[in-house]
Amino acid sequence: MLKTKDLLGLENLTKKEIELILDTAINFKGVFTRSVKKVPALRGKTVVNLFYEPSTRTSKSFEVAAQRLSADVIDITTSMSSVVKGESLIDIGKTLEAMKADFVVIRHAMAGTPKILAENISAAVINAGDGFHEHPTQGLLDLYTIRENLDEIKGLKVVIVGDIGHSRVAKSNILALNKFGAKVTVVGPPTLIPDSIKEMGVDIEYNLKKALENADVVNILRIQLERQNKNLFPSLREYTALYKVTPEILKYAKKSVLIMHPGPMNRGIEISSEVVNLKNAVINEQVTNGIAIRMAILYLLAKANK
Amino acid sequence: MILGMGKYKIKKIILDSAKLNKIIERMAGEIIERNEDIENIALVGLQTRGVFLAKRISHIINKIENIQVPVGILDISLYRDDFATNTEMLLKQTDFPFSVDDKKIIIIDDVLYTGRSVRAAIECIMDFGRPKLIRLAVLIDRGHRELPIRADFVGRKFVTIPDKERISVKLAEVDELDQVLLLDKEINCSSNLVF
Repeated sequence: MLKTKDLLGLENLTKKEIELILDTAINFKGVFTRSVKKVPALRGKTVVNLFYEPSTRTSKSFEVAAQRLSADVIDITTSMSSVVKGESLIDIGKTLEAMKADFVVIRHAMAGTPKILAENISAAVINAGDGFHEHPTQGLLDLYTIRENLDEIKGLKVVIVGDIGHSRVAKSNILALNKFGAKVTVVGPPTLIPDSIKEMGVDIEYNLKKALENADVVNILRIQLERQNKNLFPSLREYTALYKVTPEILKYAKKSVLIMHPGPMNRGIEISSEVVNLKNAVINEQVTNGIAIRMAILYLLAKANK
Repeated sequence: MILGMGKYKIKKIILDSAKLNKIIERMAGEIIERNEDIENIALVGLQTRGVFLAKRISHIINKIENIQVPVGILDISLYRDDFATNTEMLLKQTDFPFSVDDKKIIIIDDVLYTGRSVRAAIECIMDFGRPKLIRLAVLIDRGHRELPIRADFVGRKFVTIPDKERISVKLAEVDELDQVLLLDKEINCSSNLVF
């Protein structure tokens, strides 16, 4: 039973609640192979995609998820909306409420924005990424993908590579994996790994080979090129030399290591093209699973909010 | 036993195990009799007890005709017309191990009442493809239809008093024994038969 009105993060969900979401998603994944790839469950409901940051994957994934549940979708790209005229978040929320939106899927550069919105409107708010805080549906779909491929999450060694400090994906992953008893190691240049991440109960490593030892899963984060000008590492070339995941470096991990990437990928920077093509790379499966997870979230929140 | 709103007590055992199994065998026989192209048939059991009934009927057909009739599993939750009032969150499995296209589909359920579940089931099956036809087989028809739906194969007709009586089908696979009970709504639950 999901009891929350909104999905703001994984921090406050119990293991049981997360399991319900993952189990529900299994049934929604089955819908994709039918000749009619949708079900009528959310007919008449309205989902608003409110994205203050660019996104293709997540916003389209939510759009497809809503459509496969027969809900209607309104897409608001803030750069082309009244936001540029200075309309406040709360006022936009109130406007969407007046339009009888049932769900607002929000992405924002500032952590905590979805929470403020959720406190001010009656529609269910789903966090699609807020600053460096959380990206709960990404955490859930990664967890789903790991469970689908390796069955039991407890005891797995999961290595997250790259820009941990600026990554809400890493945080939602760590929160979810911890609840399921996986052992998480983060690895990257020291400037991209805040010391405080230790408090989340992860191991910190600066050497990729050492981090990969005995790893069951490697989750490779995107190097956010737009943050390059902050000089957090000397050069892209140095980053690539030390942290690019290649078939050679993967020899240090378990042979069957599951290779994940939340996308969009910078091929040749954090991940080599050869790795993308390996048979244990599940990057496209993550995209498919993301739709199933978002369907499960929309469905369960609709049930919880009646 | 809490079923929906209020408590119910057993009023009567409608079918015991022996009778129940005879009826299932008869239904399987009727399905064979009325479908000469039995190899083109697929059964679809509605979660939960319809699935077990479908499996039993398939097993009986296999014993008589030596033909394996495939059994699909269907959870109608996503197709229900009472999404606004139904709070059940858990989805059960839906799985058709065959192509629906051009198949003769027989929906199997334990109890036929308003017909709304069957409406949902038909819509869901259509989303899997275009069957040649869809028939309906139910163990108990308790009357009081709210939609123009009728069963093609009926185990036992037993008309209940709406809002007062209920039918409870118990199958050994989930309930440890085979039995069909008539339940009665009990506002004053003093009887120790309340369960």
